[in-house]
Amino acid sequence: MTAAPVLALHGVSKRFGAVQALTDVDLEIRAGHVTALVGDNGAGKSTLIKTIAGVHPIDSGRITWKGQEVRIVKPHDAQELGIATVYQDLALCDNLDVVANLFLGRELRTAHILDQVAMEREARELLDTLSIRIPSVRIPVASLSGGQRQVVAIARALVGSPEVVILDEPTAALGVEQTAQVLDLVERLRDRGLGVVLISHNVADVRAVADDVAVLRLGRNNGVFRAAETSGEEIIAAITGATDNAVTRRSSRRERPRDAEPEQNTEPEQNTDAQGAEEEA
Amino acid sequence: MSDKLAPDPRLLVRERGLAGYVEDFRRRIAGGELGSIPVIIGMIIIAVVFEAQTGTFLSPRNLSNITVYIAGPGIMAVGIVLVLLLGEIDLSVGSMAGLSAAIWAVLSVSHGVNDLVAIGLAILAGAAVGTLHGFFFAKIGVPAFVVTLAGFLGWSGLQIWVMGDEGTINIPRDSLVRDFNNFYFSDIAAAYGLAAALSLGYLAALVFQERRRGAAGLPTRPLSEIILRVGLVAVAAFVTAYTLNQHRGLPLALVIFLAILLLADFMVRRTTYGRQIFAVGGNAEAARRAGINVERVRLTVFTIASALAALGGLFYAAQAGGASKSLGSGNLLMNVIAAAVIGGTSLFGGRGWVWSALLGTLVIQSITTGLNLMGMASEIQYMITGAVLLVAVVLDSVSRRTQRTAGRT
Ligand SMILES: Nc1ncnc2c1ncn2[C@@H]1O[C@H](COP(=O)(O)OP(=O)(O)O)[C@@H](O)[C@H]1O
Repeated sequence: MTAAPVLALHGVSKRFGAVQALTDVDLEIRAGHVTALVGDNGAGKSTLIKTIAGVHPIDSGRITWKGQEVRIVKPHDAQELGIATVYQDLALCDNLDVVANLFLGRELRTAHILDQVAMEREARELLDTLSIRIPSVRIPVASLSGGQRQVVAIARALVGSPEVVILDEPTAALGVEQTAQVLDLVERLRDRGLGVVLISHNVADVRAVADDVAVLRLGRNNGVFRAAETSGEEIIAAITGATDNAVTRRSSRRERPRDAEPEQNTEPEQNTDAQGAEEEA
Repeated sequence: MSDKLAPDPRLLVRERGLAGYVEDFRRRIAGGELGSIPVIIGMIIIAVVFEAQTGTFLSPRNLSNITVYIAGPGIMAVGIVLVLLLGEIDLSVGSMAGLSAAIWAVLSVSHGVNDLVAIGLAILAGAAVGTLHGFFFAKIGVPAFVVTLAGFLGWSGLQIWVMGDEGTINIPRDSLVRDFNNFYFSDIAAAYGLAAALSLGYLAALVFQERRRGAAGLPTRPLSEIILRVGLVAVAAFVTAYTLNQHRGLPLALVIFLAILLLADFMVRRTTYGRQIFAVGGNAEAARRAGINVERVRLTVFTIASALAALGGLFYAAQAGGASKSLGSGNLLMNVIAAAVIGGTSLFGGRGWVWSALLGTLVIQSITTGLNLMGMASEIQYMITGAVLLVAVVLDSVSRRTQRTAGRT
């Protein structure tokens, strides 16, 4: 936790019409660190990473990159800084082979002619350094397993040598074996000194690979935990709001009653829980 | 599949030797990549059946004629292959062919415009029509099949209007377009020279590529495979050249068709643009996120397809002996689309190759010619061509399904 963060969000808010998707959110991403971002459905995880990726520009707050304030208003800005995002739906072309997918949109070429040899060599080097095992780099992605496809999608994000990689639910649709494969890769990314943001629903996965766990709840921070020192129950409690973390509880006493009102409509059950918890406390 | 890793995970092409071929072949079939196997089997069956029935199907004269007849539909089919790779369809190519012939004939024959200029303008008109289709499809978002269906009707209307009072315009003796059907390089050196150039060119390309791969530390194809591939191409090229020389020599139509095939194949497989076509056809959203200008790719592919349809139309007119109000309105459109699919290009986008335009038109033209030799009426020809198309589409659909499920292990 000592190193300065590569990327930091300070008091970021984002509103979609009547929905306040993010309110005053802070997040710090460090090199060689895996930061898990957890939260219930609708907590604002996707919105948060989309603000970092430049899909949804922030309404207010600050984003700093290596201490410098930056503006990220379009995907290109994020890529320029060195932020790569792997979305849940992978965005691979099933009909193209692994090499073609890795270099899609940034093919190596002379004039307009593809340099297949150079691309294949670099693809192999990349897959090798990540210890990614796939049957052949020249078969269509369609014939790979779900885990292999995920691994290819992540490797693809690394072609531009980013410093921060955001993974949106990389293990959501995978079996046990394949999940392990992907989590291994996440660890190797960290070992290479990348800052990794891992969005996940699965607390076990998160505890297995993350260094820090940032919890979002109803569009707000609900604590940052050291994964090694926190039990799964505590994380789940922070996600569901059953027991709010001490710091946020104090601040929420001041703010929540008014701000949370519109969200009550979208998530009636959890809000009731949260209020129940507050009343008990 | 993930458990059955090859001994070397970086293994690229295949295991060496015969076992590697068998393994590769088995994997492709299991994965639903039938490629051009069905069409080659089909062609052999067609040749054997018609030769047995007529005794003249395999005569040099008949085979030579087939190579001339396929040029028009074949050039159009190249355009359709590109459109199919995008996962779209162009229903207007038949009308476009007719319109192009009408434009050329009226300009060149009726108004005495220079022949080359008239040809150029007809192709340009095709490009303009394709750009218009592409605009409505890519920029406005109208489904391509509706846009080109409108074009199908609209352009044949324009064709009739352009023809005006003339029912048909015959091609004059000295016209360049006539050469599309009638000109042969009668010196036997021409056909053999082309066969040699193709074979040696293929050999050089393979050797050059394998050298570079070797230098970059990538696995290379074994020498036996290079010899086998080049050998097959050389045999096909020289047998064709020999046959053509038995009749009238090397037809100009075939030379132009081959040139277009080679160019289009290079564009599709070796350039960034070709890669973009595949990407858009495979997953347009992924292509867009990768920074590919999806609209531009779509628009330009329709432009190219219509321009090729316009050029193909001139060959088609050359065979018909002239332009007419109804040229291109029959089964031309269906034959061209069927050719692309029969040749192994998927209707579902992102899978296929340019050479399917050659293979498919060969199959369809062989059936037509064979049935003609047998004296069958055109209604039978329609039904048989329809059945062949159905078989091709069924194979395409089934192979697509196996390919999908093969990935999920
Ligand atoms: N593009 C959008 N337009 C309007 N509302 C949105 C949009 N994206 C997200 N939201 C809203 O923002 C809130 C947070 O959603 P999201 O970030 O998707 O949560 P999570 O990823 O944690 O499930 C939800 O209430 C959702 O309805």
